[in-house]
Amino acid sequence: MELGPYLLLASLEGAVTAAVLALTAVGLSLVFGVMRVVNIAHGEFFMLGAVIAWFTAQAFGGHPAIGFTAALIVAPLAVGAIAVLADVTILKRINYDPERTIVATIGLLYMIQQLTLMTYGPEARPVEAPFNQRIALPWFEFGESGLEFYYPWGLSTTSYKLAVIAAAVVVLTGVWLLMTRSRAGLLMRATQADRDMALAFGIPVERVYALVFGFGAALAALGAVLIVPIQQAHYLMGADPLLLSFIVVIIGGLGSLPGTLIAAILIGLSDGIISVFFSPTLAKILATLLVGLILVFRPQGLFGTRAA
Amino acid sequence: MKDGQRIIGLHLGLLLLLFALQFVLPAYHHGNLARIMVLASYAIGYNILFGYTGLLSLGHALFFAAGMYGLSLTIEHAGFTAAPALLAGVVTGIAVSAGLAFLALRTTGVAFMIVTLMFAQAGYLTILYFSDYTGGDEGFVIQAAQRMLWGVDLSDPTNRYVAALILFAICLLASLALVRAPFGRTLVAIRENEDRVTMLGYNTFAHKLAAMVISGTISAAAGATYGLLFGYAGASFASVQYSIFPLLWVLLGGAGTVLGPFIGTLFMFYLIDLSSGLTTAYMLVAGVTLVLLTLYAPQGLIGELRHRVWRWLP
Repeated sequence: MELGPYLLLASLEGAVTAAVLALTAVGLSLVFGVMRVVNIAHGEFFMLGAVIAWFTAQAFGGHPAIGFTAALIVAPLAVGAIAVLADVTILKRINYDPERTIVATIGLLYMIQQLTLMTYGPEARPVEAPFNQRIALPWFEFGESGLEFYYPWGLSTTSYKLAVIAAAVVVLTGVWLLMTRSRAGLLMRATQADRDMALAFGIPVERVYALVFGFGAALAALGAVLIVPIQQAHYLMGADPLLLSFIVVIIGGLGSLPGTLIAAILIGLSDGIISVFFSPTLAKILATLLVGLILVFRPQGLFGTRAA
Repeated sequence: MKDGQRIIGLHLGLLLLLFALQFVLPAYHHGNLARIMVLASYAIGYNILFGYTGLLSLGHALFFAAGMYGLSLTIEHAGFTAAPALLAGVVTGIAVSAGLAFLALRTTGVAFMIVTLMFAQAGYLTILYFSDYTGGDEGFVIQAAQRMLWGVDLSDPTNRYVAALILFAICLLASLALVRAPFGRTLVAIRENEDRVTMLGYNTFAHKLAAMVISGTISAAAGATYGLLFGYAGASFASVQYSIFPLLWVLLGGAGTVLGPFIGTLFMFYLIDLSSGLTTAYMLVAGVTLVLLTLYAPQGLIGELRHRVWRWLP
């Protein structure tokens, strides 16, 4: 393949990463923005989403689309419920103290990981995609008779990957509408702006916190359900999404949703393209160093306006 | 009895007890205790930054690994003997902690935790990336012949115990002296209210920088000694888990107490040791312990003891 089709292929793969990453990172960013706590267990909520999707798909027979659709509903709800439970039993009782929350969510991470290992086991298992046609993509060149289209060998994607991108766009639009146009979004934004004042105006801040924590986890789980037909579900799969979401949230500006979205697309695409040309380990070293340095020299992030 | 005498008596008593224990302990616990003392030294280093200065680092594995690889790589590739290699490990620790301190101390709170986490992760990945030299995940073994320090064979269990005790004694007494000195009092004041300390005319950045370098150096010394005593260096010692362990030990024993790191390490080590006899889910035990600690005993074992009984504990 020439460079052009090669780049197109890399960016398509990158766009799928970006779509899932955007869902996961927006969940993390919502929790940080509204509650001002860092949830280290966010990657484990992602992993739980994938694992629960596998269990759900196993429970339903017949066409793979039935099991997948069920997983799409069950996994985010179940993970959201677990997160709400964690919020009410642990985070609320330590009063959302930032440092103790980090320690507690590290504890939560260990517990979720170990319990998954004990029930689901160490194997990596896939969920079958509901539909998966191969789509060959055309490329153009300037031949003797002007612009010509042809189908280079290997330049293809699947209908499922395109559907993942479309689904992420739909869900993120929904999140945006929820935050800007609905009463629930108004309550969340009010709590984010000034917790005490919101409380004084009769907003049930504790319930908002529990819901936001559950909602953030459910978004991560949804991203995981979408990716699990492409990547397999594994009990250690939460580490990379956690790290990448952190990178995205920090580059986008802690607590800023549009920034998070732009950063997710940026990181997802460049991750796809960089790992084609460099070793993945080197790409990760550069990415983590970049995040560290951005936080040191520009703590509000690239797109943020307010100091974190 | 004056408080000062009681404090010195208690700490020297602990060291004497540890010295005496080597003659009565069965081989298995003897080996465990040597390991615990080295790991407790690491926790003591962590405690100076976290417990006394109030800075929560999630990247101390970087310092531990700096010491360990500073020692093991110079032995393996530069042909150093144990003594200069030990020095190389400590010097690497000083350099790495000073470098990270200059960058990370520009941030506070959550940003500080994430910056330290990110740089430690970059360090861990670097060790994996240069696996031709470092052995990557598998690591490499330091041969017994290379572990002779001033003619003493450190692969022998008795010598190993004494060496671990010497390291632990130095770290414990250094930490005790530090927190009783005016410098240590200033660190505690920074932890409690940094703005007020700045207003009183102290250079808080210089104090925090010094605390982080001291903390990193002790951690590196523990890492180098660990490599020397147990003859192994691997990338897992640089992973996030080894940044979280000292946090766990210090929280369990009591942050901001001199004895807390040792008690926490001892308790956690045997908790995992005993529970892994019953179940393989020792990570679950660690997770539940962390959550229960943040909920019910945020001051840790020694912290609660100081709070309720011995108010004079340092």
